[in-house]
Amino acid sequence: MSGTHDAPAPAAGTPMVQVEGLHKMFGDLHVLKGVDLEVPRGSVCVVLGPSGSGKSTLLRCVNELEEITGGRIRVDGELMGYREVTKDGRTRLHRLHPKVVARQRSRIGMVFQRFNLFPHMTALDNVAEAPVQVRGLSRSEARARAAELLDRVGLADRADHYPAQLSGGQQQRVAIARALAMDPELMLFDEPTSALDPELVGEVLAVMRDLARSGMTMMVVTHEIGFAREVADTVVFMDEGVIVEQGTPEQVLGDPQHERTRSFLAHVL
Amino acid sequence: MTGRTPGGDAAGAPGDDPVPDRIHARPVPRPGRWVSAVVLLVLAAMAVNALLTNEKFRWDVVWLYFRDVTVVRGVGWTLVLTFGSMLIAIVLAVLLAIMRRSDNPVMKAVSWGYIWFFRGTPIYTQLVFWGLISVLYPRLSLGIPFGPEFFEFRTADLFTAFVCALIGLSLNEAAYLAEIVRAGLGSVDPGQTEAAKALGMKDGKILTRIVLPQAMRVIVPPTGNETISMLKTTSLVLAVPFTLDLQYSTNAIGNRLFLPIPLLMVAAIWYLLITSVLMVGQHYVERYYGRGFGTQTSGGRRGRGPGGRGRRPGKQDLIAASGTTKDDPFLEVTP
Repeated sequence: MSGTHDAPAPAAGTPMVQVEGLHKMFGDLHVLKGVDLEVPRGSVCVVLGPSGSGKSTLLRCVNELEEITGGRIRVDGELMGYREVTKDGRTRLHRLHPKVVARQRSRIGMVFQRFNLFPHMTALDNVAEAPVQVRGLSRSEARARAAELLDRVGLADRADHYPAQLSGGQQQRVAIARALAMDPELMLFDEPTSALDPELVGEVLAVMRDLARSGMTMMVVTHEIGFAREVADTVVFMDEGVIVEQGTPEQVLGDPQHERTRSFLAHVL
Repeated sequence: MTGRTPGGDAAGAPGDDPVPDRIHARPVPRPGRWVSAVVLLVLAAMAVNALLTNEKFRWDVVWLYFRDVTVVRGVGWTLVLTFGSMLIAIVLAVLLAIMRRSDNPVMKAVSWGYIWFFRGTPIYTQLVFWGLISVLYPRLSLGIPFGPEFFEFRTADLFTAFVCALIGLSLNEAAYLAEIVRAGLGSVDPGQTEAAKALGMKDGKILTRIVLPQAMRVIVPPTGNETISMLKTTSLVLAVPFTLDLQYSTNAIGNRLFLPIPLLMVAAIWYLLITSVLMVGQHYVERYYGRGFGTQTSGGRRGRGPGGRGRRPGKQDLIAASGTTKDDPFLEVTP
């Protein structure tokens, strides 16, 4: 977990993400079966695994898009979604009010496989919308900042385009800019390049690479092994709802200890 | 177009064709089109003849009363009733649709019950009922049930014929519109709500800023349809009885003159005229809410091609104009 970034890691202490004994059930379907994971500040954690292994669900639980069935998730030391109340020596969980949940989410950026840009707004307004509605910035302030962010992802000249007028790679870069507009402490990427044509994957990965270099804490679910090898500090391999192994890219990708990891890598490499 | 110099298309001389030996083929003969056109032309001539030569239509009377003060005032009242009740109905319908989708079981049940009742009884019956409300409850008061009353008024003072007609039409319409709004809200990709949530937006903002504007694309066309339908449903307000609208006033004149048919024609022409104007309006509203989506058609959430407010025509517009494909061969590879 050595820092490969140029940026100095912020004051150590609690990790940015702490997942303890996380379970998630959809009805009778047990998707996550006790996941423990820590993502230190400023590091990049790439989650690999076959489809159905629960890696997307893990990401969605961190952002409270799924209600967890068991365990605890802490982001920046703060328990997500619940409040612990100790009474008569017993600790019980109280669900947080949706407003508080919304505030917790606003500190975490998320990028989706299908971009999910708002189709009725231009690229610029897509990026400016949340700062106006959540942070209460003025429209002009938010637009100026949005223009900067679009410039950062190389799309300054596409600000007035509607999502339908952009290529998949451009849409995904706008989606990254939209998430960054909320100044998140943590960015979650849920298969950000899986819906893209092969020749467009590179431009999105380049933006993500820059972001990692700037010291952003990132959790990335992907099938891009090259990206994992180059950018990740930690690689996590998941299968059937558990973490099979984790370590540095060299360890997990170069010298996998488990048969399941080996056979998965043999298929994707 | 043969014998062009190499690279001649770059010279750009007017009339220079970039396609060497362009195809100018004869089209497939379509005799059926000519035959059907002739047949229809004859039928149309017969219809016009039947309308113009039959003196019982009394076109002079039609023209005279088309401009009559009472009739034009009737048009005004009909328009006020149509737009007034649609406005109230839309607000109510959005509320009902949101209630129906909420997690709150009480809200859900209220919305379901409302729609069940107002869709399940005839509009005519409802209008008669509202007309009789002041007989049913001569005095209305505001207060705590079985407790003190704060103030009281005569029902007939508040529930004039116009108010009764307005309430009757809008409450009934809201039930239908609520289902349209519900379908519209349901048509928006759940990924949109998720993306907005992930940005930390609260439910109210997600609804008004993200979901409703996209739902409008689905809601507007049937709502335009409902408006046109409402225009003609206002002719039922005589059940209240409200007697100033277009249908009632033309009918009254027709009965007085013993000339029912010309006055029916007056009403029909006015209704047709208003409907035509409404259709034009609907076109523009649809275009506004279609921005960012494919130009026409349902398009889908990943609809391609520029839409809305007069953007410069792109490659995709030209391809779409051909009417043969919606695919954009350029989109995914444009740098």
